[in-house]
Amino acid sequence: MSRGTAIDLCYLVAFIGFILALKGLSSPRRARMGNIAGAIGMLIAIGATFGRAGLGHLALILVAMAIGVVIGVPAARLVKMTAMPQMVAIFNGVGGGAAAVVSITEFISLDTKLLATYKVLEVLFGVIVGCVSFSGSAIAFAKLQELMTGRPVTYPGQQFINAVIGAVVLALAVTVLVTSSTALLWVLLVLALVLGAIFVLPIGGADVPVLISLLNAFTGLAVAASGFTLNSNLLIVGGTLVGASGILLTRMMSKAMGRSLPNVLFSAFGSVVTATGTEGPEGRSVRTSTPEDIGVLMAYARKVVIVPGYGLAVAQAQHVAKELADELTKRGVEVFYAIHPVAGRMPGHMNVLLAEANVPYQELKEMDDANPQMSTADVALVVGANDTVNPAAITTPGSPIYGMPIIHADAAEHVLFLKRSIRPGFAGIDNELLYDPKTVMLFGDAKDTLQKLVSAVDAA
Amino acid sequence: MTNPILEYLTVFILAVFVGFEVISKVPSILHTPLMSGSNAIHGVILVGSMAVLGGAHTGAEEALGFVAVVLATLNVVGGFVVTDRMLEMFKAKPSEPRASGARGARGARGAEPAGGSAPTSPSGDGAATETTDGPR
Repeated sequence: MSRGTAIDLCYLVAFIGFILALKGLSSPRRARMGNIAGAIGMLIAIGATFGRAGLGHLALILVAMAIGVVIGVPAARLVKMTAMPQMVAIFNGVGGGAAAVVSITEFISLDTKLLATYKVLEVLFGVIVGCVSFSGSAIAFAKLQELMTGRPVTYPGQQFINAVIGAVVLALAVTVLVTSSTALLWVLLVLALVLGAIFVLPIGGADVPVLISLLNAFTGLAVAASGFTLNSNLLIVGGTLVGASGILLTRMMSKAMGRSLPNVLFSAFGSVVTATGTEGPEGRSVRTSTPEDIGVLMAYARKVVIVPGYGLAVAQAQHVAKELADELTKRGVEVFYAIHPVAGRMPGHMNVLLAEANVPYQELKEMDDANPQMSTADVALVVGANDTVNPAAITTPGSPIYGMPIIHADAAEHVLFLKRSIRPGFAGIDNELLYDPKTVMLFGDAKDTLQKLVSAVDAA
Repeated sequence: MTNPILEYLTVFILAVFVGFEVISKVPSILHTPLMSGSNAIHGVILVGSMAVLGGAHTGAEEALGFVAVVLATLNVVGGFVVTDRMLEMFKAKPSEPRASGARGARGARGAEPAGGSAPTSPSGDGAATETTDGPR
């Protein structure tokens, strides 16, 4: 077996590692293994590359890699968990930058006079998309790190200016395609950096993670373009896998926010606003999700608080609720029930109901015992309750329920409502909490939905 | 195949479909780790950067190639390490509370009000303690 064949075989193993990584990262059970598979694939690919015939500057390569490791590993290890999104942005940006640099360097080293048009096209794509990803990620990092305002940055004539810059980039690209001019390519590189920045500026802080995902897909495509330029199947496969799955992931992320992707990207311009979420009474949207999704969230939580209400009694869902609690406890999740004194239609309604399902007495906590613990709960699962968790009782002096003590479901990290519909509860008052960004709704009969959650937790 | 570009295009198209098909129904809790993991995978540009630096003839090419290798290495190691840290929450559950979970570290709560000590609320959610003085 020749050396070239052996290296290509190693690359083939790397492909498998990459695909297993993406596959594994889609499921909570295999996520860690997936990441490790990807890392092993990468190590094999890099190791094999060192064996390539005619690879010069070995010392320089090793020094450069050492610099990258010395900066990258501590940065990734020491960063606070809350600062993770901006780290992803940075590491994505440098990848895009590397792709652009690789493309332009290859262009310089080739004899541009004899270059086929499609070769120039590949270089152009790699440089433009790589640069957009680089500067876009840098702005995204600055926004998340609060080095600049996280709010959308808008200025008069923004759309016009952006369109002009976009058109200039396009015109320059065509010119480079025809003339193969290296000087113009450098100008184009600078303009593409500007384009990436102005693309990201009008996007608000909360939408930035979706944007990073999109830029991640962009970098993937830039890497694939570099792969075409370098005639490397490894780069084409690695980059394209990320590009394709990244675009899909970006759509999933914006959908999970109840928004469409164009809405996320262009809403600051005020032109495209089409909410896709379920409309509330005042036209406000709430977030809905699937039982599978919620099941995973609960299965990997530390503390889940179940807040039962009249809906639990109506649906006769107490047994399934206990089943869910047992399933979660089995996985090491701390579970208790927060019982509001007037939950249901009579005092003690919930206690009777849950006692019938053999819920241990210790797991039932009275409101005053439960409330101090709500802020450490990862998930507050509100089953068929509404008024007893309505923050209006504290925040809205004019509200009919103002002054009523409530269960502070709103203090939990995530709030899940299992409800039959968006309609207000017994007191007929709209619940602000339903529209909170951390709230997710699952519509339907409480018993059915809980049953689905039990299966989802079991499968997670 | 007669034209190498066709061979690469074939690989590209197949990879597009694999990329679309390989992830499906990702739970939202995994959106960010998946993004971070795929971020690490496009760090494969490191292999391209090595080739460029390894084949550099002029000083300019060497400098550019060197920059590319540094950037790409950052992408690879940073990407995988960050993803691994995000996935710590999916480790087999230990009985002791973790110091920092993926949802951000929360101040550890002290004794419950029943125990006599005043509840210490993490800053920013004073509402949670508003009604807790009932039992005392």
